[in-house]
Amino acid sequence: MKNQNIDIELHHVTRVEGHGNIYVNVKKGIIEKCEWNISEAPRFFEAMVLGRQWNELHHITSRICGICSIGHTLASLKATETAMGIKISDQDLKLRKLALHAENLQSHILHLGFLVLPDLMGVGSVIPLASSNPEEVKTVLRLHRNANEMSNLLCGRTTHPQRLIPGGFSKIPSMRELTELRNKLKNSISELQVVAELIKSVAHRFPDFARETEFIALTRPDEYALYDGDLASSDTGTAPVNEYLSFTNEYIVPTSTAKRAKHARESYMVGALARLNINFERLAPLAKKIAEMFSLKPVSHNPFMNNVAQLVEVVHSVEDSIRLIDELEAAGLQRQPDYHKPEVKVKAGRGVGAVEVPRGILFHDYTYNEKGICTKANCVIPTNQNHGNIELDMKALLPNVLGKPEKEIELSLEMLVRAYDPCISCSTHCIRVHFV
Amino acid sequence: MKPKVAFFDFAGCEGDQLQVANLEEELLTLLGQVEVVSFREVMKEHSDNYDIAFIEGSCTRLMDEDRLKQIRKNAKIVVAIGSCATIGGINCIRNYKDLDDVRKTVYGESARLFDTYAARPINAVITVDAYVHGCPIDRDEFLHVVKSLLLGKKPDIPTYPVCVECKKNENVCAFERGQFCVGTVTRAGCNSCCVNEGTICWGCRGLVDNPNENSHKEVLIKYGLTVDDAIGKFRLYFGWQEGKK
Repeated sequence: MKNQNIDIELHHVTRVEGHGNIYVNVKKGIIEKCEWNISEAPRFFEAMVLGRQWNELHHITSRICGICSIGHTLASLKATETAMGIKISDQDLKLRKLALHAENLQSHILHLGFLVLPDLMGVGSVIPLASSNPEEVKTVLRLHRNANEMSNLLCGRTTHPQRLIPGGFSKIPSMRELTELRNKLKNSISELQVVAELIKSVAHRFPDFARETEFIALTRPDEYALYDGDLASSDTGTAPVNEYLSFTNEYIVPTSTAKRAKHARESYMVGALARLNINFERLAPLAKKIAEMFSLKPVSHNPFMNNVAQLVEVVHSVEDSIRLIDELEAAGLQRQPDYHKPEVKVKAGRGVGAVEVPRGILFHDYTYNEKGICTKANCVIPTNQNHGNIELDMKALLPNVLGKPEKEIELSLEMLVRAYDPCISCSTHCIRVHFV
Repeated sequence: MKPKVAFFDFAGCEGDQLQVANLEEELLTLLGQVEVVSFREVMKEHSDNYDIAFIEGSCTRLMDEDRLKQIRKNAKIVVAIGSCATIGGINCIRNYKDLDDVRKTVYGESARLFDTYAARPINAVITVDAYVHGCPIDRDEFLHVVKSLLLGKKPDIPTYPVCVECKKNENVCAFERGQFCVGTVTRAGCNSCCVNEGTICWGCRGLVDNPNENSHKEVLIKYGLTVDDAIGKFRLYFGWQEGKK
């Protein structure tokens, strides 16, 4: 080990969304370089939206990311609605929360079933699993399809929603459709238990690793915060959302097209594990049981447990969606006219929208002039907030795995990156390991 | 032997590859017909030996042209998937702005580190054999194009505007509702999915071949809309097609 020389140059890390690279260089057992950087082409959304109208911004910024397009749309709408003082009804609020759950389900199931499971099962992709574990793969596919159908029902699309518009919805589902959805969600619980058992049976492959860090997520006293809440840091406590810039402190590193962020320490973590660490008490009952099954409780400093936290959140989203549909039913679903276009009084102002999306807290911040034209925009993306933390975790993990064959080191580092479920399209508004 | 296929992405949101993953059970059927040799989003393995290359995203910097040319060299058939790849898509909004300003807006003092040029569709750099339009692509249309290619046929892609489908779906016209819509000049094939959901056609499938611009102008006049209304919407997806390069 003392004489080990390692030269890893992993370009475009696979099974993540976007292009990222890992560079590791070890000479005679001494780490000379351990870097995580992003090579995805930058996309300049904050400049693209300047001069555009208030009722187009959610459509444009949805395109930042195909996987979290519902989250981007919601953060965008909330920013616009805050800027113009637009209120949405309690019914629309519940429907939006359902839309967000749909995306969390869609994204987490995709990540766990298609991107993480192959590592745990020792294969390169889900394709060989389709023949070796056909029943499990079919279950994952079915759960994923249900989540897609749920997105479709709430948003009119599985990707890049249409029904979500400033002030509410252009079209809403019927109570009958929502009742059918509730049945499907109820039926999925036993299937989720099967998936949980499967992951549990291979969970020992997640490295036993911990590095203390700061966690940031939305929080609220009455529920597991996803659609809204105050900012919360595990180090410094809570603050209102419009103070987000003092939390995110974005900075640029020359080797990377994605920005990074830091708050109370050198880096912080956002996402399912951060949410669970901060809001554990407000998880739904069955979700808590799943966490117990994996001995996951706050505060966990093992980034690999983010995968398990996603599984816990999947169960929470199912339980909470059932609750929301029950409430909509109890209140009596109010119909709205076809092609609904809520009255909006356009005015000048600035608004910040923060939403917990699958990979963590997302901010959209817009300023509009009196004509409703966007004059300033800022989007802070979860994956960008995680990049710094990923690199510091890599640096802490590397000494633990030195001495192992290069391929194994490579896999450990890749698994670490994948645990964060990075969304690089988002963050450049990537992943390869380079051992150099 | 099964044809080998590969997926690649450039500047885009990867929402189109997601639609392929979203084929669910049909994906398993498709995997019976083709061998996927490269799909970075879902698999670790990679090979440069492939017959069909599916490309998502726009080309937005010179350094990406070499990668595109290499893909063209390796593949027998190149298919552009999604608006960013087929028409340049929403990325082309920035082509109307000064690109130095654009870079400075996002990256400030460090702008020079981030190379970029006007966003463009894939066929601005290499020859493209087939297109799957839309933002995101429609899963059924993707399957139709793949099936056609496997059978050696030309995919059947509509050459009429979204209006035709929208009328068939008996939607109330967006113009009648006081909204501006570009379904009059946008290529059909989406079954007017956005209007069906209560909004407007945004133009994501690009301008139809030979758009009837005169009749579009008549529509504008009839509903008291101005050229400014039109320009805003035309600049969402049609930037490259309208010659903004």
